[in-house]
Amino acid sequence: MGIKIQTQNLNFFYGNHQALFDNNLVIPANQITAVIGPSGCGKSTHLRVYNRIFELYREQKATGEVIIDGKNILDNDVDVLELRRKVGMIFQKPTPFPMSVFDNVAYPLNLHYKLDKKAIEERVEQALRGASLWDEVKDKLYSSGLALSGGQQQRLCIARTIASEPEILLMDEPTSAIDPVATLKIEELMDSLRERFTIVIVTHNMQQAARISDQTVFFYKGRIIEYGQTKDIFTNPKNKQTEEYITGRFS
Amino acid sequence: MLLLVAGFCIQLLLASSEAWERFGLGFLVSSEWDPAAEQFGALPSIIGTIVTTIIALLIALPLAFAAALYIVDAPKKISIILGYALDLLAAIPSVIYGMWGLFVLAPLMQKTIQPFFVNTLHLDAIPFVNSNYNGFGLFSAGVILSVMILPYICAVLRDVLQMTPLVLKEAAYGIGCTKLEASKDIILRYGIRGVLGGIFIGLGRALGETMAVLFVIGNMMNMPAGIFDSATTISATLANNFAEADGLQRSVLFALGVILLLMCLSIQIGSQWFLHATKAKRGEK
Repeated sequence: MGIKIQTQNLNFFYGNHQALFDNNLVIPANQITAVIGPSGCGKSTHLRVYNRIFELYREQKATGEVIIDGKNILDNDVDVLELRRKVGMIFQKPTPFPMSVFDNVAYPLNLHYKLDKKAIEERVEQALRGASLWDEVKDKLYSSGLALSGGQQQRLCIARTIASEPEILLMDEPTSAIDPVATLKIEELMDSLRERFTIVIVTHNMQQAARISDQTVFFYKGRIIEYGQTKDIFTNPKNKQTEEYITGRFS
Repeated sequence: MLLLVAGFCIQLLLASSEAWERFGLGFLVSSEWDPAAEQFGALPSIIGTIVTTIIALLIALPLAFAAALYIVDAPKKISIILGYALDLLAAIPSVIYGMWGLFVLAPLMQKTIQPFFVNTLHLDAIPFVNSNYNGFGLFSAGVILSVMILPYICAVLRDVLQMTPLVLKEAAYGIGCTKLEASKDIILRYGIRGVLGGIFIGLGRALGETMAVLFVIGNMMNMPAGIFDSATTISATLANNFAEADGLQRSVLFALGVILLLMCLSIQIGSQWFLHATKAKRGEK
């Protein structure tokens, strides 16, 4: 199994406040890696370094190395736009753009590729099928993306992200704002996406991590306490804090 | 409130009835203006009003957008200072703008900008750009108006950019948008109502602005042949002529007032309708 992402001595600062401490982590390709830990422990912060989205905020800073496909993406010479095409992100709340279902998926395609109309239509359909949304929206492609249900909106965002053919999908608690049935659909979807993408998912829900992930990372107070195969972490944690967390003794 | 508006309209219509009876709707398309012969036409004023407003919007919109984009992401100190500057710009009385127009802008237009447009850029190949270097006219008025409406439009755009949910912004940048793409395709679209509101505030102000325009428009009742020609707007005509008008001419001026009122109202109604339509299209209730 190849290595997709490798972080080395990653530290992160919100102004003067340090949020991540010497994170070292290896994320294998074409697997689902779940990131768990109590609220405010730095899970999302860690994830947000991978596509450099934190740079939207002037006071946030990362040091160390995040090596994706052999290249440190924190280097200055990295093309951030291309990085974000390659490393897609799904957010906690669904974020459909204020445009039609079709345009939501076609928009990133038009940003990154020069395609003719027919090719775009094909890619949009492909992406919507890939996100198991096609059957539900094929009759209302040109109505607003904002009119879909929460779960559908989230799958629309997944379709939008996979349309530009990224290699990595970052998911920041993608199911925390939607109902259990829709959550189940998204979990099934993630299972089917595993072959094509390397998925890193931050989740509060330990059952979810246990159900869907191959590898699990446990964060606590900005440090990576333990990571390894999901079944090992959940059945035989080496660290006492990990054990306490997954058995629900603190949260 | 309703009574006030209604009474106002009735008063205007009554006072202008003589003009409507005499000229009918032909008033709108006639370009004669000869008080001695009692021949009056509204077309030059209407055209002047519309053209100066369009020029003002064309200049102000991109500038306001660029300024708003910069202010939102600038370091706090700079954005505060710029915010004050914008507010000050909005607070300058229009007669001051007019004086600036008369003493600074018009000579600049005449000596530098108009010759540059025509001789260097050869823009006179475009219809309605004529080589008439007198400094006064539609274009000068449009430039002044653009400066006057800039702060309003910019303030609204700034609010829209600031009020967009962070997560939507992150999503836009997350799929690899540049700042410009994220702002114009997603954030402005999200805040379309605010954006249009800002544009219409600017539009309303530009349509009705009198004082500053009066100084630089040239106040010619003839049909302008191009954007550098002297011309007039409805409000400038009103301000210029009321003092010595009586009888039919007075009625004509009231009729012009009716037209201006209708223009403003239709813009207001049009914007409401447009907002409603976009709302329905976005699937909101």
